[in-house]
Amino acid sequence: MSVEQQIRQPFTANPVRANRGTGVQIRERRLGSITGFVGTAGELVQIARAGELAERERSFTQAGTCSSFCATLQLSLIQDAVVINHAPAGCAGDFPMFNLYNRYGQGKRKLTRQNARLLTTNLNEQDTIFGATHKLAEAIHKAYRTFQPKAIFVTASCTSGIIGEDLESVIEEAEQELGIPIASVNCEGFRSQVWATGWDAAYNSILRKIVRPPHQKLPETINIITFIGEDYFSELLQPIGLKPNLVVPFTGVEQLERLSEAGATAHMCSTLGTFLAAGLEREYGVPEIKSPPPYGLASTDRWLREVATLTGKSAHVEPFIAAERAAIAAQLEIFRKRFAGRKAFVAAGPSHGHSSMEVLQNLGFDLVGSCIFHHDARLDHGDPAGDSLQAATQHTPGLSYGVCNKQAFELVNLLRRLQPDLVIVRHPSLALSVAKLGIPAVFVDDEHIALGYRGLIRYACKLTNWLANPALERTLARTTKLPYTDWWLNQPPFSMLGEPR
Amino acid sequence: MSATVGQPRQFCTLGGQQSVVAIERAIPIVHGGPGCSGKIFGGMSFFNGFQGSGYAGGNAVPGTNSCEKDIVFGGEQRLREVIDGTLKVMDGDLFVVLTGCTADLVGDDTATVVSEYRERGVPIVHASTGGFKGYNHLGHELVVKAIIEQLLVPAKAINPTLVNVWSVIPYQDTFWAGNLNAIRELLEGIGFEVNILFGHDSGGVAAWKRIPEAALNLVLSPWVGLSIAEKLQERFNTPYLHYPVLPIGAVETTRFLRTVAEFAQLPFQPVEDFIVKKEGHFYHFLDRAADFFMEMRWDLPGRFINISDSIYALGISRFLVNELSLHPAQQVVTDEPPEEHREDIRRHFAELKETVSAEVIFSNDSDTISRQLRKKGYDLPPLIIGSSWDRDLAREMGGFHLSIAMPVMDRLVLDRGYVGYEGGLRLIEDIYGSVLGTY
Repeated sequence: MSVEQQIRQPFTANPVRANRGTGVQIRERRLGSITGFVGTAGELVQIARAGELAERERSFTQAGTCSSFCATLQLSLIQDAVVINHAPAGCAGDFPMFNLYNRYGQGKRKLTRQNARLLTTNLNEQDTIFGATHKLAEAIHKAYRTFQPKAIFVTASCTSGIIGEDLESVIEEAEQELGIPIASVNCEGFRSQVWATGWDAAYNSILRKIVRPPHQKLPETINIITFIGEDYFSELLQPIGLKPNLVVPFTGVEQLERLSEAGATAHMCSTLGTFLAAGLEREYGVPEIKSPPPYGLASTDRWLREVATLTGKSAHVEPFIAAERAAIAAQLEIFRKRFAGRKAFVAAGPSHGHSSMEVLQNLGFDLVGSCIFHHDARLDHGDPAGDSLQAATQHTPGLSYGVCNKQAFELVNLLRRLQPDLVIVRHPSLALSVAKLGIPAVFVDDEHIALGYRGLIRYACKLTNWLANPALERTLARTTKLPYTDWWLNQPPFSMLGEPR
Repeated sequence: MSATVGQPRQFCTLGGQQSVVAIERAIPIVHGGPGCSGKIFGGMSFFNGFQGSGYAGGNAVPGTNSCEKDIVFGGEQRLREVIDGTLKVMDGDLFVVLTGCTADLVGDDTATVVSEYRERGVPIVHASTGGFKGYNHLGHELVVKAIIEQLLVPAKAINPTLVNVWSVIPYQDTFWAGNLNAIRELLEGIGFEVNILFGHDSGGVAAWKRIPEAALNLVLSPWVGLSIAEKLQERFNTPYLHYPVLPIGAVETTRFLRTVAEFAQLPFQPVEDFIVKKEGHFYHFLDRAADFFMEMRWDLPGRFINISDSIYALGISRFLVNELSLHPAQQVVTDEPPEEHREDIRRHFAELKETVSAEVIFSNDSDTISRQLRKKGYDLPPLIIGSSWDRDLAREMGGFHLSIAMPVMDRLVLDRGYVGYEGGLRLIEDIYGSVLGTY
């Protein structure tokens, strides 16, 4: 097969179909997502709303993250499933990380610590020429024999995509033989520059193959699409008579089959869960909570009211809100005074980054900028009420705002100028660069910590500790050198960002 | 390498990225998909003893983040753009372009693109490391050979005491920094000037440019690095010594030092003086452990099982058999050595000691490994010296466990090493620390 044939094959043999097909459409096309922007929060909200958001590509880039990482992170933590990566061995370089998350989370949940169930088909040169669907079949059988899983997910790779592997035919045959759902996950790295496309690919495979029509309705159960944080959602939902169902990590296949039975679906981060929540509403009528997630006072109020309205709990919600606000008011005031005038910067994905911005403003910080990893012009539900950036910056639309997919060179340049007192980081590998500038970098390991009203206080306590003694950051700044030239550090921080196209 | 692999212990050729990061002020440029570099960093560095980003690794690695357009129309133009940016933004002395699967599958002519820069005087080389080509061991060799071929020129004069060392692989060996330091100190101790090439204070590009000046290349591993030494012999006529056993503890380290000294015809007495001093330290502390060994051995491991690459599996086996009286069970070699080296490796395990031999399994697949080991069955709790993947297996077998091989997720590793006299003492501490920690 010539190189050209190899290249073109996947796109003709495996046309990308929107939403309902085997593959999910990438975010750039589906949600108008971009990875480069500089301006104010208000401008970005306006441009996106007007349908005029255009990508700005960087001429120089540092290596990023791909969809397969995000897809596997969610799927590998389903406790009775197996993930098979149809790829060369290096794509499994993230397996140890998932394993550590798995064991860490199992420990927190008092489960027996066990290795994550992950396999790679270990594609080699010969496979790239002759194809390797036989190896995928072998891997599926091996996974079944070793783990007796309730479902198997097959994640695609750049290599499987380019050589045009027909995953579906192998999967169909194996499904018939083994009698368990087996789902392909179209998370080839090269398809999207927005790694969040990987969440969509994972959730699409869950929607297609795992979720079943409801046997019953559980109107008081609220699906919460999230990562691995502690269950602080109960703190918000139990008092009004509701119960959170945290998915997808640390669930079992049976729990996912019944996602259709819940009274509503909400998010810890609407960028994370947009595809799954919209799919559950579209296919099974499970309403999606459109309001941005409950971080910060105003968003928590709004979110709780929407949840209560949708589940018939309105009578309980106002007293609860009033009581919770009153419970934290005095402490909040103390923290607001403590943090007043302190400069904070946020490096995170949307919409959790927006939630962090709202929380920091509630705590009295001055927001001086952000590095948000991408921006979705819209979410899958299409309702502008879900605009978390607008919600977070409704009173401060002039906040300077940057979209940057984790480009450390740009971040370092920018932070050297801004010299914030604190940087919130919510993605592996960025905190180090911040710390080397001598700036306290708070890596938010538990994404739920700031949730709701009491979360503001929890978060403020963490930040207080972090700010109290930046000895390590100062030492790092004094004794290490960042790998950037003086020339670059004296250029405008966004000078590698191209014109909108 | 063709079989499917569960819970892998070796990653792909692009792992050569970490060998570049280990060269002082060298900067890798990854021409591949958006996730490749980060995955390699995660598997080989972060979640392998939490080794850190280094100077230009982790989030700093320039990358083309190849997209659909680069696959369909080719990515050479994008690569040029990123190299241009790298030369402006990144402060480095050597740039190494590594290709991922995408660029190698669509046939980008990376070599030509990179050579255009080299002709303009830029210190830049290219290694074709598309992940489907093999494991990180191959990637390491490809990177080193690329630098040799594309950057080095013959020396004006040979330095009779200078030796280049090719041994454990940076980052893949969780303890490489400590191990390479130990090798350097040992060889310096007997009179060599040592070009260790990787790690802190190894001299960066200037040291690499001195490779052709060396009088000797030392390959200290069962097979990795041999092709590098052969290449250097062919290009610069430098002789090489292949010492296949990683020296751990006194017996092997002394044997190693005498072998190298004899090969290089070093003066006899200073070498012996050094050995006497070092052995004195080692045996003093072995004696200190003797109380523990004599009275606490009852419940200590019945058999040891290494699950690691051929360098560690052989080196550790020799040490445990020859100095600690432990008995080997099956030994698992995870780096899938090329066929032509396997017979030698089997023979080394068959001759651990005159009276002690061990069977070898070659596999990188946790499923195969655990099935083979379970089949044997053990009356006494085994000691599994492997990766963090093996914790569950050790628990299931009622055995003890120590993580020393990629991926190491349950230890933070800084400058600890297992090579040499002191390295042997560290290994004793760690093995029995892990045993005692279960009480």
